[in-house]
Amino acid sequence: MLFTSYRFLFFLLVLFTVYYIIPKKCQWMLLLAASYIFYAYAGWECLIFIGITTLTTYVAGRMIEQNHATQKNYLAAHKAELSKEEKKAYKERQKNKRFAVMTVCLILNFGILAVLKYTNFVIANMNGILELTGSTKVLAFQDLLLPLGISFYTFQSMGYLIDVHRGTYPAQKNLFKFALFVSFFPQLIQGPISRYDDLEKGLFGQHTFDWTNISFGLQRILWGYFKKLVIADRMLIGVNTLIGDTATYTGFYVFLGMLFYALQLYADFTGGIDITIGIAQVLGIPMQENFKRPYFSKGIKEYWRRWHISLGSWFTDYLFYPISVCKPMLKVSKWSRKVLGEKIGKRVPVYAASIAVWFVTGIWHGAAWNFVVWGLGNCFFIMLSQECEPLYEKFHNRFRVKEKVWFKAFQIIRTFLLMSSLRMLDCYRDVPMTFKMFGSMFTDWNVGEVLSAGVWNLGLGIHDYVVLAVGTLILFTVSMVGRRGSVREMIARKPIGVSLVIFGSLFIATVLFGAYGMGYDASQFIYNQF
Amino acid sequence: MSETKKVRRKRAVAVIIGLLVILAVLALLQRLVMPKYMGEVKEGALISEYYDEDKDFDVIFIGDCEVYENFVPATLWENYGINSYIRGSAQQLIWQSYYLMEETLQYEKPDVIVFNVLSLQYNEPQKEAYNRMTIDGMRWSTSKVECIQASMLESENFIEYVFPLLRYHDRWSELEPEDFQYLLGAEKVGHNGYYMQVGVVPVDYIPEGKILGDYSFGENAWSYLDKMVALCEENDVELVLIKAPSLYPEWYEEWDAQVEEYAAEHNLKYINFLEYTEEIGLDYSTDTYDAGLHLNLYGAVKLTDYFGAWLAEECELQDRRDEEALAEVWEVKLEDFYTQKEELEALKEEE
Repeated sequence: MLFTSYRFLFFLLVLFTVYYIIPKKCQWMLLLAASYIFYAYAGWECLIFIGITTLTTYVAGRMIEQNHATQKNYLAAHKAELSKEEKKAYKERQKNKRFAVMTVCLILNFGILAVLKYTNFVIANMNGILELTGSTKVLAFQDLLLPLGISFYTFQSMGYLIDVHRGTYPAQKNLFKFALFVSFFPQLIQGPISRYDDLEKGLFGQHTFDWTNISFGLQRILWGYFKKLVIADRMLIGVNTLIGDTATYTGFYVFLGMLFYALQLYADFTGGIDITIGIAQVLGIPMQENFKRPYFSKGIKEYWRRWHISLGSWFTDYLFYPISVCKPMLKVSKWSRKVLGEKIGKRVPVYAASIAVWFVTGIWHGAAWNFVVWGLGNCFFIMLSQECEPLYEKFHNRFRVKEKVWFKAFQIIRTFLLMSSLRMLDCYRDVPMTFKMFGSMFTDWNVGEVLSAGVWNLGLGIHDYVVLAVGTLILFTVSMVGRRGSVREMIARKPIGVSLVIFGSLFIATVLFGAYGMGYDASQFIYNQF
Repeated sequence: MSETKKVRRKRAVAVIIGLLVILAVLALLQRLVMPKYMGEVKEGALISEYYDEDKDFDVIFIGDCEVYENFVPATLWENYGINSYIRGSAQQLIWQSYYLMEETLQYEKPDVIVFNVLSLQYNEPQKEAYNRMTIDGMRWSTSKVECIQASMLESENFIEYVFPLLRYHDRWSELEPEDFQYLLGAEKVGHNGYYMQVGVVPVDYIPEGKILGDYSFGENAWSYLDKMVALCEENDVELVLIKAPSLYPEWYEEWDAQVEEYAAEHNLKYINFLEYTEEIGLDYSTDTYDAGLHLNLYGAVKLTDYFGAWLAEECELQDRRDEEALAEVWEVKLEDFYTQKEELEALKEEE
């Protein structure tokens, strides 16, 4: 069920209505039923996989918690009898048991994800190697089901399990409540990847009809649809044209495509997240933000703190830190400090962990080398900027431009262009082709041709450009105003007529100028495919 | 009343008024972006014109372009005193004809319903644009709902028939002066459902029909013909099957045989006018405006005159020209009819 389908809107209408009619203690049950109905639309087979993840994670979480309790009781009961060493040994044994349970569950679930998502990637690479070795043998690709949102719900569930293992919060005792945490439909297919302790209260709490909350939620949903339908899906026409014919669209076209894709992806992904968070808000469930005006970032590190925040923090908490402080890495750290000196040696484990994280981030986005290169490219620029810090400092000490508006604007544009350039790997989906097209921006000088005639041959007419320009201007204005706080709250403080005019116009503009219905291909949100 | 309550009430009133204004704007926009069918393609405007009529017809023609371009109700009235109307639109599929028939019978009980059988060849929905031409003009009723459900292609959505703005919203970028001109109401296109054409393009070549693997009509199509027969029986209306004398698309002998057999089985009258072109006096060098696909006004008048005599005799229809009220209505209609004829002929002369 696409977020942009009429069926989904009808589904929401029914859900919202029933949600506030039924007894409050049943609200979470309704959400569970709704989530499974939503998920079943992607195919009944998908339910098996989400069911396995739910059940195994639930059982593992409970086992870990019971082990915690057993340990506590045992130690309390045998406090006097056990020596310090015996207690330590006992704790170590229990810790290993818990670790084993967690590891088995992690391997099983990440294994499912890996097999379903990456088998054909591995086969393609093996075929490549076989070809290089002169072998005529070709391994057949497998027709595997890729359950909707598997990357999101697997990461969310495994984050929960690791937290339970760490003792961050107790495991959920009710299987069905846990099933709701895993399958909560608005976030199931494109995030954010929520933490259990963030969602728990909202998901299982009892919610009364609160008009302010509901109207804010509806406004957020509307804003999401505006971004998706009016900007992203209209821009998609131009993007598809530009990347669909790499022989024709070189030079300045590539630059144009890069900008178009940056705008399309932002409007698409943030639009989807707005709809998700808006739906949750109508249901009375607070959800963490996933974006904080990333295109206003002045550096690549800052950008990644503001773009797809939940994924970044997941990798930081559950991959980067564990790798950085694991025993083998500590050994490497010791060795590198000894061999390379304190200054360089201490960076080795950090950089090794960063490379691992960015490799996984890349491949999480898609089972293809372009995503891997994209991930490692981000890693390279982050490390480079880190290495250049002393140089920046010298520069700023000498020139004192750091606080100048024009310099900040330069930093923002530089970061935007850098991130957009890296994203071309996602756009062209082929590493050599991406480099070739990137190079053509500097070798094929066709700016005049593109601006005079070319822009009219991209499947977009004057009316499309006008809509996109106005839409982007609105997007930009809202982002600028949003720096001072919640835009919806600012509007709510104005007389009611202002609210009605603004959101009424937004609604009418979305209905009238949205790229949907006959004549437009139903376009999934880009992040649905992850 | 406390201050808070007053503020709340004021707020609620403002919200209601605001929502009503938004709805009104949306309704206006919907009218604006919906096709008016007042330009080159006028056929889409025909279906809705029926609702303005008095609905006391003796004969109702139902079918596709082979009825609304080949039969002239004005001629039936002038020559035989038969009060008739055509409920037809472009590529009107058989289930659409059925639901239009069902809807018509909710309003009136004519003596005869004439159904053109060409659409039996289609067993499944065809084109969205044609669906729209037929269905958008229908008034809301269970017949319309069922007609939509029977006609929708996979890519269509029911809600887009309920709120056509959702379907036509992207026409905002291609609006023409006629969209504003006819925002609040369109001009009348048909003459009791007849779409007048006075051009002459003689037949110089008849494309040969493709050889088909199977000449049997589909089950779905037959089921709707069965429903038509049952509906007419229920309402004591005589159903007459016809095939208009269009030279192409091909009307295969195998198809004709099936319809003949069906008509005989169900005790229906069936006329294939392609077999009577000489008796009708059709001259395909002067009587068609598109080289044999449809008749022009001159050919349609000949065909209608021939059929009128048949209807009066075989269906025993009364001459109603002496009914004063009806005659007055027709007087106005005939004036419109001949005015447009003159205008179109003058235009043709200029060209």
